[in-house]
This record gives sequence, structure tokens and C-alpha cells, in this order.
Amino acid sequence: MTTPAQPSPARPGGKPLLSIRDLRTVFATDAGLARAVDGLTLDVQPGETVGIVGESGSGKTVTALSILRLIRAPGRIERGSSVAFDGNDLATCSDESLRTIRGRRIGMVFQEPMTALNPVLTVGSQVAEVVRVHERTTRQAASDRAVAMLDTVRIPGAAARARQYPHELSGGTRQRVMIAMALVMHPGLLIADEPTTALDVTVQAQILALLTELQETIGMAVLLITHDLAIIAAVASRVVVMYGGQAVEEAPVGELFAAAHHPYTQGLLRAVPRPQPHGGHPARLAEIPGSVPPATAWPQGCRFHDRCPFAWDRCRQEMPPLYPLSATHASRCHLAAEPGRRIAGGSPR
Amino acid sequence: MMAAAGEMPLVTVRDLHVGFPLAQSMFGPARSWVRAVDGVSFSVPRGETLALVGESGCGKTTTARALLRLVPATSGAVSFDGIDVLALRPEPLRRLRRRMQLVFQDPYSSLNPRRTVGDSIGEGLLIHHLASGDAADARVRQSLEEVGLHPDFARRYPYELSGGQRQRVGIARALAVEPEFIVCDEPVSALDVSVQAQIINLLQDLQRDHALTYLYIAHDLAIVAQVATHVAVMYFGRIVELGRTASVFQVPLMPYTRALLASVLVPDPAAPRTRVVLAGESPSPATPPPGCPFHPRCPDPRKDAACTSTIPPLEEKSPGHFAACIKEPVRPPDIPVPS
Repeated sequence: MTTPAQPSPARPGGKPLLSIRDLRTVFATDAGLARAVDGLTLDVQPGETVGIVGESGSGKTVTALSILRLIRAPGRIERGSSVAFDGNDLATCSDESLRTIRGRRIGMVFQEPMTALNPVLTVGSQVAEVVRVHERTTRQAASDRAVAMLDTVRIPGAAARARQYPHELSGGTRQRVMIAMALVMHPGLLIADEPTTALDVTVQAQILALLTELQETIGMAVLLITHDLAIIAAVASRVVVMYGGQAVEEAPVGELFAAAHHPYTQGLLRAVPRPQPHGGHPARLAEIPGSVPPATAWPQGCRFHDRCPFAWDRCRQEMPPLYPLSATHASRCHLAAEPGRRIAGGSPR
Repeated sequence: MMAAAGEMPLVTVRDLHVGFPLAQSMFGPARSWVRAVDGVSFSVPRGETLALVGESGCGKTTTARALLRLVPATSGAVSFDGIDVLALRPEPLRRLRRRMQLVFQDPYSSLNPRRTVGDSIGEGLLIHHLASGDAADARVRQSLEEVGLHPDFARRYPYELSGGQRQRVGIARALAVEPEFIVCDEPVSALDVSVQAQIINLLQDLQRDHALTYLYIAHDLAIVAQVATHVAVMYFGRIVELGRTASVFQVPLMPYTRALLASVLVPDPAAPRTRVVLAGESPSPATPPPGCPFHPRCPDPRKDAACTSTIPPLEEKSPGHFAACIKEPVRPPDIPVPS
């Protein structure tokens, strides 16, 4: 049921910093083998911001965990997967060399800052610990670096805040601490998985602006994982849409929003409520019928076919490859081969 | 204040206060109180939707729970179809509750995992003596169909359902007892984007078909624009702006509302990229700032000493549009949004 990995569309720029080829991560469950990520190929260039957007169950978070090899039994990364980061294959390298990369050259920020921080250590000591794990330095020097980093992420009164415990801080400040921990070693790549989902909108705007600004000063690449198309539009330069453990569309951000090709991407874009700038009563929202199928039972053929308004026999039988539409735009939809079907099929509402 | 001419609003809340004890000694009364809801007044016209919006901790959920008497109010008045809700004794309150239902945020924790969907939906029918036996089963199946699920779902357990299906069951449970008023507490914020649209459309269809009145609690302003006829913006336990949705969204009068609207990201890469429109976070309820609770974060250049000493009342600034700001409202373009 799997097709050979498709080459990622060629992109301007030199050698990618992160190069994922045919990543397959599976979990053994009571209901059978869950193919959470099933043949993902993705490049991230130095300094670039790539967004992965998808719904729950699409495989976006498992992708993030797989890059850092944070998959534990009953999950495993299947043989043949490759995650090349600056010359190392993270999928196969030793634990020792992985430790020199995790937290030092690749930083991570997760959704829930309360559960990601240790409740019994001060936040300053948690940032300093990152420094001491990766560098031979004195306790005092590490502590000074931590305070400086807390200041860099705009925590007012950083020296005093460094002595506080996570429960004493607001949600926004905790997420700033997480960002300080992720960036204190000035990594080349930051993986941010839903970094603002638990935050209020005004704080979300602050955190996204901070991430964008630090990205420029540090010159790092960002892999941003989210379900929120508005966040993608605000910060990403290139987007990968995931569905059913696979990339279903990949494009520069402007092109994706202006000329989405895959019916799933089109459906997602239409389903988002938008504030009406000039008032008036908004029209009924467009729906995508049904819901994401479980990873243990992906439909045969195209994994979106039973929710797709255009599906025909070919979609039920043959899994579409990632068809290149241009040098930078690809879509996993047979409509790329048979565009006439788009008119013949049902019209999406 | 918002009722259509000649018709009484279904729900009216007057000067509602809800406090929670902060520092409780082991014996004796609480030493201090957090004012979670601090003098809230609004009304919901029949068949319409009032959205309570604000950031976490602003008191929107506590307001709704107090008006349903799920938490005790410290003072104030709630009127439902002319009935003084806060004064009701247990038995009449139980009868009233059939008419006021609640749809919860999290469809995973709000259904009993050990009971079938049919039992969960039918429970209200038994409690309120509306139907039993075959009649109750028929009503359960009808409710499931109304929310777009096959009647056979009655025999299933919650773990067999997706998030969207569970939220449909939560709505069917509220609907089964034929209420007039439903409090929807962030009903789609736990759902995926493609499923959110299904549930929002369903809530709007049901409102039209059953002449329902909604109190819709949300932090997502894009959804509020979609569902609500009226909006009340809450900050720090108070309503700071209130009016028709189109009016509040087009001409936000209070600096906080302007900042909140400016913080909403638009799913359009051509839109201006992220800018911080509001620094800081809501103050701690244990240490309320003096005067206007928003003044420490307020970006309005006219902010002055009066803002730090006077708690601004909610005043009608234009017909049907209320705001709590001691400065005269100016139209949005006149005030630059600091970056």
C-alpha cells in the first residue's frame, strides 16, 4: 500500500540543514500497527521557517519527536527512514552523538509549558542546566548565561524571575522560559510544536513576535508545527500540509493560501472562520465531512478519498504520489494528473 | 437594554458578583476574596446569541456558571423568563434547569465513559420525568438524528467516538430535554478545524429550528463573529465593552477590545505579519491594580492619573453600544496601534 518516496521538489538554496527522507514511524497498538508517519520527505534550509500544518492524528507531532528520536516503545522508526541533520543521520547515529545535538544544535519548544518544566527546580537553574549539560563551565557562568537568556526572551526582572519556580509564573512567562531553554545554546534549528496553543491571543502575538525576532538574531531555522493556519500565515515561509501520516501538499506560504491544489488543503482553508472586516453577516462555514480516520486503518488509495468531493475510482484504488506542480509546489492528488476531474466531480461548498 | 422593542429578554443579569475565598484559615471565615465576577450586567434577547469573550481568567465561565447556579453568586440578580433564578428553592430550581442547558468544552471528559451514549442523553428525560421506556428511547434517537448522528449511536460508548461525534452527543444531551436556553462553553475549542465548522453550523441550524437562545463563551474572536448577534468583552471580572457584534467588531471603543481584535491572526499571508499590540498579561486577581484594571497594559496615549484612580463604569457611548473607559471614544484610525 505504500509507494516509493517521492523526491521533494527542488528548492533554491544550498544544502539543507535538515533533510528527512521517507520517514516511517509506527506504533504497535491493540488495534494493529498504527502508521503515524508514513513516508515523509522534507527539507529545511538554514535560516528558513517551515510550517507543518495538520489536524490531530495527521502525524505532525510524531514527526517532531521522530526527528529527535524521542519515540519510545511501542513506537519505533522503521528501517529505511533517514533524518540527516548537518551530516549526521539522527535516525541511526549513536545515543552519544545524538545527545550532543539535542538541546544544543536542535532546540525544542512544546505546547504545554507547565508539564515540560520541572516543578521543583527554579526556572533559572533549569535554563542553566542546559548550558552545563552541553559545556564545561562553572555553575556561576551557567547561571549568568541563564539570566541573560531570560532577559533576551523579554522576561522583566530576569534575575529575580530566575529564582522563581514554574508555578509562580504565568502561562506566557513559562513559555518564554521554555524558549530560553531551547535557545540558550543558539541552536541551528528550533522545533516548535504548537508553541502558542495554550496561550491567550494577546500573549500568542507576543510569543510569535519574539520567536520571529530571535530567529533573525540567532539566524536559526524553525520547524513550526501547528493546527492553526493563521499562525502558519503569520510566520512560515514554506508549508507542508499533513494528512494521514503523509505530506499531502507542499508550497511556499503565499502560493498555498492563494492557489491550494489538494482538496483537503482547500477544505481546511474554507473551514476557517475569518473576522469580517466590513461587518455584515458571515456566510455559513464550509465543512469537510467526516473526520480523520485512525492511523491503524488508513483508507486504501488516497487517504482523503472518503471525505473528498472529487474522488473517483482511481482515488479509491491507487495511492497518489506527491505530484510536482512546479519547482516549489507539490500535491498528493490525482487531480494533478487528471485536472478535468475537478469540474466533473462535486463542487466543494 | 438590548431587548427588541416590546419583548422581554429571556435572560437578564444585573450587577452579578462572584467571589472565591483566597486565604482560608483552617477555622473561621476567609481572610480575603478574589472577585472573579465583579458587577456584571447584560441581557440575552430571545432567539439570539450573546458571546462572552475574554482571555483565560477574565471570569466568563464563572459568570455563566453563576447564572445557572452551578456556583453560588455573592450578590446580584439573574432573571430567566421573569423568574428570579438566584432566589429559587431547590425544587423549582430543578424544574427550571430543564429549560437551561449547558454544552461543555471538552467532549472527552464531559461524557461518562461507562455509560452508553443513549443513557447519557436519556438521563435528563428521566430526571425531569419527561419520558421513560420506549418514549424515552424514541426521544434519544430523535435527538441523535437532530445532531446528525445515526440513531444506532445510542448503543455506543464514548471511547468509540471521535471528538466531533462526542461533541454532537453533548449537544444531543442538552437538546433532549427541549431547553429554551443553552450555555455553550467553548464548544469547539478542543476540536480540529475541519470538525469545528461542522459543529458551529450545527449549533446555528439548531438555534434556527428550535428558536434557541445561546450564551456562547469563547476566546476565539473569529468564531464569535460567526455565531454571535451580541458580544460582551470581559476583562478582570468586568464587562468592558458590550454591543451588537458588527458594532463592536467594526468600531471597538475600549482600548482592550481594539488590542484583542488586533491580536487575532488572519489566515492570510498577505496580511501584516505579527506585531505585538499589547504588552504584559492580565493582572493577578490577588493584587488588583487601582482604578481601571486595564490601565497597566493600556496603549492609549491619553492614559492619565484619572485612569489609575477611577474604576470606569460601563456607559452607553452610542445607541446600544457600551464601553467602560473614562476617555471619550475615538474611531479606531485616530488612535495609532503601537508596535
